[in-house]
Amino acid sequence: MKNNAPEQIITFRDVDFSYNGEPVLENISIEIDRNDFVAILGPNGAGKTTLIKLLLGFLKPSKGTISILGKTPVKARKSIGYVPQYSIFDKDYPINVVDIVKMNTLTSNSLFPSYKNEVTEKAFSLLQKLEIRNLAYRNFHELSGGQKQRVLIARALINEPKILLLDEPTASVDVTMEKDIYDTLKMLNRNTTILLITHDVGFVSSYVNKICCLNRYASMHSVAELTGKSLFDIYSEDSKFLRHHCNL
Amino acid sequence: MSELFSSIATYTFLQNAVLAAILASIVCGITGTFVVVKKITFISGGIAHTVLGGVGIAYYFGIPPIIGAFVFAILSAIIIGLVKLKANQHEDTVISALWAMGMAVGVIFMYLTPGYSADLLSYLFGNILMVSSTNLYILAGLNVLIILVVLIFYRQFIAITYDEEQARLRGLPVDFLYILLLCIIALTIVVLIQIVGIILVIALLSLPAAIAGLYTRTLHAMILSAIGLGMVFTLSGIAISFTANIPTGATIIIICGLVYLIAINLTRFIHKKI
Repeated sequence: MKNNAPEQIITFRDVDFSYNGEPVLENISIEIDRNDFVAILGPNGAGKTTLIKLLLGFLKPSKGTISILGKTPVKARKSIGYVPQYSIFDKDYPINVVDIVKMNTLTSNSLFPSYKNEVTEKAFSLLQKLEIRNLAYRNFHELSGGQKQRVLIARALINEPKILLLDEPTASVDVTMEKDIYDTLKMLNRNTTILLITHDVGFVSSYVNKICCLNRYASMHSVAELTGKSLFDIYSEDSKFLRHHCNL
Repeated sequence: MSELFSSIATYTFLQNAVLAAILASIVCGITGTFVVVKKITFISGGIAHTVLGGVGIAYYFGIPPIIGAFVFAILSAIIIGLVKLKANQHEDTVISALWAMGMAVGVIFMYLTPGYSADLLSYLFGNILMVSSTNLYILAGLNVLIILVVLIFYRQFIAITYDEEQARLRGLPVDFLYILLLCIIALTIVVLIQIVGIILVIALLSLPAAIAGLYTRTLHAMILSAIGLGMVFTLSGIAISFTANIPTGATIIIICGLVYLIAINLTRFIHKKI
């Protein structure tokens, strides 16, 4: 990998964003390369949600440019698998797991009620890969937080995205489940660039190769550069270390 | 009861009432399910009440009121949809304003119409026993239209009602689908007004689906279940009101309401879903 020039997947160049004249993000210049596993860390109110909306093209920068795979965020939408927080979903909606996963293949040409067989097969094989095949016909809101997170990751993966963007994937799941989710992401990281946003400095730094500290301004650190140690060595002390580096 | 069945066999108006109730239950189950899962009963109420304006104007110009209802329902669906999509603030105020203005227009035009308009009350509270054979054909046509549109856009409607953000990311025409869904609601309201009237329509639209939602796991099970419940409520309402000689629309709504109240209390004890 070192021999090749890294291919930039996401580039922010001097991006400012203000909301009603109030600056939320300032002078953001970051680069994310192919198969990076990046954690964007920041306290509440640091602009994490704004950053996600900019990446998905729901908001436009007040200044500067964002390029994803050489395209604008709106044009690059189909290459991004977005995993929102599961708490946004209405728990009274009668829908089962496999239908949620299949739903993400819809286009404006998807008419009449039934899905193609290959979509169903693909959905089941993804559920298998994420070890939740047995939950296929369960109602989404009956699942545990970690199971819901896996369903949403399967939903994002059904389009074979080049980039996986996760919003607080470990919010309100217990420590064991948190580790499970990171292990799953690590496995997916072999052929997918992963960006996750969190305010939780726990396990994350032992999995990612880059950490972006966000608090209106952003600074990108490679984990190796931060510590000079291997990923496993920093496992125990990472939390304190990151708090210091990111001024959390 | 046997008197009721022999009356149904004898009187066309009762046969029409039974057919209208069945047609209404079908669209009520389909559309009501989307209204309940998307939580847009208030918007649906706005569309329903604005319809009185169309009815009043139609009366004044001597056009069949159902045509006026149809035009106003679609217009208010489109306007309310645009307000909801474009104006982020004050949307409920705008809907309330349309709601009241529609009714006010209806009252003024009905007042201006010469002669006694007994049908005003039928439009407000419904009169299923006045459904004419012509109206029955219109109801059947609207049924076919609603079923067809929902079948065609079924998966896309689920997508925009379940996770609008993801639907936008997928490039689905979310705004178009939303306004189309409101138009389907508008058409359904035109059908249901024949049975229970403008004031009571929201209960018939939302309660069978809300009850079905308590024990179903998929949207199609919820729809089929709501259709069945709607038929039970409307047909038993006709039977009871005919036997007891009380207004049909109000009887149907009381049945819906009572069953709903019992059902939400039962779900505290029973958690099984189908």
